[in-house]
Amino acid sequence: MKPVAITAFTATSTLGRGNAAMLDALRRGKGGLKANDFDRAELRAWIGRVAGLEDEPITGALAEYDCRNNRLAQIGLAQDGFREAVLKAKDRYGAKRVAVLLGTSTSGILQTELAYRRRDSQGNLADVRYRHAQNLYSMTDFVRRALALEGPSMTISTACSSSAKVFASAARYLEAGIADAVVVGGVDSLCLTTMHGFSSLQLVSDEPCRPFDAARKGMSIGEAAGYALLEKIEPHKIALLGYGESSDAYHMSTPQPEGEGALGAMRQALSRAGVGPGEIDYVNAHGTATPANDRAEDRALVRLFGKRVPVSSTKGFTGHTLGAAGIVEAIVCFLALEHGFIPATLNSSALEPGLESMILLQNRPARVKRALSNSFGFGGSNCSLVFGA
Amino acid sequence: MLCGEAAFTPTPVQRPVPSLLPPAERRRCAPSVAWALAVAQEAVAQSGLDAGAFAVVFASSDGDGDIVHRLCTALATPAAAVSPTDFHNSVHNAATGYWSIGAHSQAPSTAICAYDGSFSAGLLEAACQIAIEKRPVLLVTVDLPYPPPLAPHRPVRHGFAAALALEPGAGLEVTLDGAAPDSLPLKDFEGNAAAAALLLLAALARPGEALVRLPLTERSLQVRKRG
Repeated sequence: MKPVAITAFTATSTLGRGNAAMLDALRRGKGGLKANDFDRAELRAWIGRVAGLEDEPITGALAEYDCRNNRLAQIGLAQDGFREAVLKAKDRYGAKRVAVLLGTSTSGILQTELAYRRRDSQGNLADVRYRHAQNLYSMTDFVRRALALEGPSMTISTACSSSAKVFASAARYLEAGIADAVVVGGVDSLCLTTMHGFSSLQLVSDEPCRPFDAARKGMSIGEAAGYALLEKIEPHKIALLGYGESSDAYHMSTPQPEGEGALGAMRQALSRAGVGPGEIDYVNAHGTATPANDRAEDRALVRLFGKRVPVSSTKGFTGHTLGAAGIVEAIVCFLALEHGFIPATLNSSALEPGLESMILLQNRPARVKRALSNSFGFGGSNCSLVFGA
Repeated sequence: MLCGEAAFTPTPVQRPVPSLLPPAERRRCAPSVAWALAVAQEAVAQSGLDAGAFAVVFASSDGDGDIVHRLCTALATPAAAVSPTDFHNSVHNAATGYWSIGAHSQAPSTAICAYDGSFSAGLLEAACQIAIEKRPVLLVTVDLPYPPPLAPHRPVRHGFAAALALEPGAGLEVTLDGAAPDSLPLKDFEGNAAAAALLLLAALARPGEALVRLPLTERSLQVRKRG
C-alpha cells in the first residue's frame, strides 16, 4: 500500500499528559502503575490511572457529554498542539473532508454503572445519560464536535484491538477518497466492568504487571487517550506503512496457543508494507502479562521473526489501556522511531523459560527505521501495524 | 411489506438457534449474537460463497442490553461479582468473535457504532473494504430493545437484524451526501438504529434503479442501486 503520512500525534496516560511525559518515563524506566485506589478499591490490583480527571469537567456547549471517558478525551486533545494541527487540516481540506475514527471498549459505561447503585425503590434509573456517556459513539461524537469536524465518523469497538484497527479503516478511507485527513485514536477509562470483569476471569495481577516474566500473574488495567492525524500527502517523517487484521476463530477470551491469528495479522501488515521480517527493527508486543497471551504471542513472533528482532511490551509502564492500547503503543513506536531507542519490558526480570523471541528487559539505544505494533482483543480480534520513519 | 404491498403487523418471534455454534454455546450466547449469526448464515447461504470468503462488518448502536443490565446489576452489589461469561460476551465484537469460531473463518472482522448512524457507518466501512481490499464483505446489523430500567433511556420498540452479503461489482454505489436521510418505510422501527437497513432493503426489493439516503451523523449516506 501507499504509505500514509502521520502529521501529528499525542498520548495521555498514567505516564502523564502529552508525548514528552511518555518519552521521559520510557527513557528513565519509570512506570506509572499504582496500587488500586479507584472507586471502592476493593480489588487487589495495580492500575494506570490518569491524575486530575475528577477535577476537570466538560463545561460549556458540550457539557452534556461530561463523564470520565470524555474528560479523558478532552484532556488528551489539548496536548502537543494536536487540536491546532487538526484545525489546520480542517482549514486546508474543509470540515467535511476530515473524518474521525476512534476506538474504545467501554466508552462512558462508568456513568451507568454508578447510576445502578442509585436506583430508586422501584428500580428506576434516574441519571443514566445513554447517548452522551454510555453509548460507544459518545466519545467519538464528543471529539468530532469539539473539533467541529463534519467528515464521516464512527467508533470501532473490538475490545483491545479497537484503536489499532482505526488505522486500517483510516487508510482505506483515504485510499477510497472518502476523506483527505482522518483523526484516529482511542480513549478508554477505568470502569467497574473491566476491573471486575477481567478479575472474574482471573486475569488481573495483584502486583504491577510483568509481561513475559516467569512469575507473571496477569494484567494491570490502565486508562489513556491518544490521537494521530493521518493525511493523504507525500511521505512524511513518520508514516503508516502497512496494516493486518485477522480473527483467531478459536475462543472468546483465550488466544489460539500457536498464535495463528496473530501471525496472520503480522504477515499481512508486512506484506502491505512491502517489507520482510528482517526489515523490522522493533516490535511493540501486545504483551498483556497474562500467561496465555504472552505464550501465544511469543510463538507467533518466533515463527515470523526468529530470535533476531527486538521485542518489548510497554504495558508495565502504562498498564493495559484496553481500547486505547492500539494508539498508545503506536505512539510508543513513533517515539522509538523519532528518538532512536527501544523501550524496556518494565517490571520483568526473568523471562519465562521456553519463550524464544528476543524480548528486551532493558532500554536500548537503536536506530529504528521500522516498527511493528501488535494489538489483540477478546473475540480473537487481531491487528498489526507497521510504522516507518 | 418492503414494497408497500402488505401491512406490517408486529409478531413476536422466537430467538433463533444459531446452528453454526457448538451446542453448548447456542443457548449461552447473547440474544444479539443469536440474531446476528442467524441473519449472517441466511445471507451467506444465499450468496453461494463460502463463509470464510467474507470479511465481516458488524454494525450496532446499542450492543446487547441484557448483558449491560446484568453486569451493571451485579456491579451495584457489595461483592460486585460479575459472570465471566457475561463479561467476555459484553464486547461489541462478540457477534464477530462467535461468527469466526462457528464459521472457522480467520478473515478480518470489525465492530462499529455510530449511534443512529451505525448502519450507514457499517455500510461505508463495508464499501471501503470492498473497494480497497477487493473481497466480499458480510455486513451484519442488529439492535434490540433494552430491558426495563434502561429502556426509557434508549427507547427501541422492536428488535431488528439484517445481513447483506456484498461482493465487488454488487451494483451499489455509495457516496456521502449533505441531504437529509429518507424516512423509514416502517414507522414502527423508528428509534432502532439497525433498522435504517430497511431503506436499503426496500430499494433492493423493488426492481429497477433506486436512490436512497441513509442516516449518518449530521448528513446522509447516499446509495444508488443500478437497475
